[in-house]
Amino acid sequence: MKSEQENIVQTLTPNKRTPIIEIKDLHKSFGNNAVLKGINLTVNKGEDLVILGRSGEGKSITIKCIVGLVIPDKGNISVLGEEIIGLKRNELNKIRVKIGFLFQSGALYDSMSVRENLEFTLRRYSKQLSTQEIETEIIDVLESVGLADAIDKMPSELSGGMRKRIGLARTLILKPEIILYDEPTTGLDTITSKEISELIVDIKQKRKTTSIIITHDMSCAKLTADRVMILKDGIIHAEGKYKELEKSKDEWVRSFFI
Amino acid sequence: MPILYLKNTFTDIGDATLFTKKFFKEVFIPPYETKEFFKQCYLIGYKSLPLVALTGFIMGLVLTLQTRPTLATFGAESWLPGMVALSLIREIAPVITALICAGKISSGIGAELGSMKVTEQIDAMEVAAINPFKYLVVTRILATTLMVPLLVIFADAIGILGGYAGITIHSDVNAYRYISQVFQSLGFIDIIPATIKTFFFGFFIGMIGCYKGFNAANGTESVGKAANSAVVTASLTIFIIDMLAVQITDLFF
Repeated sequence: MKSEQENIVQTLTPNKRTPIIEIKDLHKSFGNNAVLKGINLTVNKGEDLVILGRSGEGKSITIKCIVGLVIPDKGNISVLGEEIIGLKRNELNKIRVKIGFLFQSGALYDSMSVRENLEFTLRRYSKQLSTQEIETEIIDVLESVGLADAIDKMPSELSGGMRKRIGLARTLILKPEIILYDEPTTGLDTITSKEISELIVDIKQKRKTTSIIITHDMSCAKLTADRVMILKDGIIHAEGKYKELEKSKDEWVRSFFI
Repeated sequence: MPILYLKNTFTDIGDATLFTKKFFKEVFIPPYETKEFFKQCYLIGYKSLPLVALTGFIMGLVLTLQTRPTLATFGAESWLPGMVALSLIREIAPVITALICAGKISSGIGAELGSMKVTEQIDAMEVAAINPFKYLVVTRILATTLMVPLLVIFADAIGILGGYAGITIHSDVNAYRYISQVFQSLGFIDIIPATIKTFFFGFFIGMIGCYKGFNAANGTESVGKAANSAVVTASLTIFIIDMLAVQITDLFF
């Protein structure tokens, strides 16, 4: 009876185990410095994977490989069922519009206002939308990050936390299926960090996105992670739920949770 | 050490050649960034007008004042309008205006793109499926290629006006007579080769600024280096192009 019930649950949630991102044997070196030495990971649909590791372990390089910003030396990367290595720009761009990327600094276009930052991307990929519809989309997405009143501000007028929120809004405006966060709370105070972490959780719940979050902030990891991976010496050293890793007997793993 | 320097120089020239090749490949492929191109034309052309006007006027004025005593020695003061016009149009206005543009525009582009690179704005464009080369580089190179010749023509006109101001300091010359003498001394052979070379000046000013900025290393220090290197390289390139242009003009005309 119980197994029958489990079968029903599995049928009702068929995407639970659908791999969205699959990385196999990923290698990347810069000169003589081998950063990635055979990374293997899978992220399933609707899952938030947190990657931890010391600076320079290749966490950011890994997610930059996923969007084609860095070309790996060896290995395979499949995103939404398509192998991305070797794709031409046009083919890669079709996948890129389904991936949002939040940069460490927010990476807002300095010469454009907040409205123009959001409009710039949206106009290119939603040509059927009228000016009024674009305006509505922009206000909606700004409201979702709690910054609707910053619409006419320039990036130089925004605080670090606001820049990250606007960066996130710019990421969300194309309604991505996957979001890659590169150290979303770095350089922010504790309260703002918590707000950003809660925003990540909120986005996942409301938009059903799949995410990879690179962070050093353990409270962010605790709040957002469905699963945690720890990188060491260019490979995955440990993997599991936050609470499992917290109790790990491995000294290196435990050092992250102190 | 000199071998390493030579190796780096040749590597840089090779990379710049590939960058230029990429420009010619991307420039013809749609979509065309028309709005950004016109914005850059406005920023590069219109915003440089006051600077070019001021330097153009001073060029004409100083050239007249410096040349007058020598011509007066030989009793050839009447040649002054023609001589000033020829010097300005064939050489001085194109080179000085191009050097000013190298200082203002090439360094500006180098610093702007360098800062965008360092703050990951170029990467942000790339991951948003926007071609940053097409949006940032192609538009700027096209704008400088078109705007620098127009700025030089403007500097020519203002320079001739400055020459008239210089002449009227010492003698009372009718403006109509001055302009007539200027046009009598000029032929298409003076104007066309001088204008053609300004397109090359404009192209290289844009290309070098974009190349230096787009390839800036990480870190804020590299933004300053990109801007500085853009000015030095663009200025040197202007002199090299000018030397080649004069040789070619000499051969064919």
